[in-house]
Amino acid sequence: MFRRLHEAARPVLRFRLDGEPVEGREGDSVAAALLALGRDACRETAVSGAARGGYCMMGVCFDCLVVIDGTGNRQACLVPLREGMLVETQHGRREPGR
Amino acid sequence: MTREYDVAVLGGGLMGAAIGYGMVRLGRRTAILDEGDLAFRASRGNFSLVWVQSKGMGMPAYSAWTRRSAAVWPDFAAALKQESGVDCALDQPGGFTLLLSEAEMERRAAFLARLHAQPGFERYPYEMWDRARVRQVFPGIGPDVVGASYCPLDGHLNALRAFRASHLAFAARGGDYFPEHPVETMEALPGGSFRIVTPKGAFAAAKVVLAAGTGNARLGPMLSLAAPVRPQRGQALVTEKASPFLTHPVVTLRQTDEGGIMMGDSQEEAGFDTSLGLGVLAVMARRAARMFPEIGRLNVVRTWSALRVMTKDGFPIYQQSEAAPGAFLCNCHSGVTLAAAHALLLAPMIDAGALDEGLLGAFTTRRFDVSAAA
Repeated sequence: MFRRLHEAARPVLRFRLDGEPVEGREGDSVAAALLALGRDACRETAVSGAARGGYCMMGVCFDCLVVIDGTGNRQACLVPLREGMLVETQHGRREPGR
Repeated sequence: MTREYDVAVLGGGLMGAAIGYGMVRLGRRTAILDEGDLAFRASRGNFSLVWVQSKGMGMPAYSAWTRRSAAVWPDFAAALKQESGVDCALDQPGGFTLLLSEAEMERRAAFLARLHAQPGFERYPYEMWDRARVRQVFPGIGPDVVGASYCPLDGHLNALRAFRASHLAFAARGGDYFPEHPVETMEALPGGSFRIVTPKGAFAAAKVVLAAGTGNARLGPMLSLAAPVRPQRGQALVTEKASPFLTHPVVTLRQTDEGGIMMGDSQEEAGFDTSLGLGVLAVMARRAARMFPEIGRLNVVRTWSALRVMTKDGFPIYQQSEAAPGAFLCNCHSGVTLAAAHALLLAPMIDAGALDEGLLGAFTTRRFDVSAAA
């Protein structure tokens, strides 16, 4: 489980994770916010359905894929968290049109 | 030391592997002599269709040969799975050509009518579908789709797995594969066998099959076989894996068994240049997104190009050398569609020492022996 180093320093951002209201901090990437919430796994792989979560945190490994505001397979580590975002687990293959 | 075989197949792409597998099935001691990873390898870049509709304009025999291959693909796929353990995901639900204007619709209908009206053409079922009917199969079509041609004989597969399965099945039956063995020289010996020299040693074989794609242009003349073939570049794109939404292949567009959407149909004369260009890729992607707007939201994860092996008229070459009987030249650009025929129909003909005149008589290079002024 990750712990924040300077929690008090940055304002809270509220967003939804699979429909539940949760909080991150300004300056978080979506992936960082999920890890800080204890969400080690944020997706199921397209082939075997195995659980995966953010790993490289720099846009290379594609293991932090999530659905953000209705668009699937977004790299959570490359998307800055914003107030009111709708973040969902990526269940396997992306659905076309989403 | 000279290694001796019944059959030497030059070229280890899908064609060479399919013919090689066909030969070991018949109990022949077979070697496949291949180049290395730097070889131009259409078998690793193709579009993976098993496609019948629209083939054979100007040569009805090509349509008939294509149909036979599509018909024996299920047997070939089943044999590959049994002998290699690899499922090449053959699926032949029928295929579509989507049409994006009334003019395209009319041209397509006229083309298919002309194709089937050719003397000697073995007709097969196909239909022109209007938009409403297409929509019942593909609810996600865009507003530009006017209709489609449909042929129930068309299909697709995972050609990378078919390629691998062919090699595994060849080896499982005792075939010997020699990578990094490009052929330097080759000669027909008195008595009817062949001597083949590579940088890694010589081979002797009673029969030799030239299945080296564009490499046949260099190899053929060593055995008095002309191979007027050239590379023709095709570019392709594939998206991230998506949940299943295309139930049938569309000629320029298909969803792989693993979920990616493949797009590609460019035909470019660029010699051996395999570079890619955003211009061509963008045109193909845009057309795909007009057919299915949802594709436009997917991420493209890979683009590549490969070189088709193209003859002057676009049809295959199957020819036995007259000066050196036992040497066979084989070239085609639809190595996936025709792989089943190569393994199950062509290999037995090569084994018998004669290509079937009725099935393959039209495919010799004699058809090119017409003076340009005629």
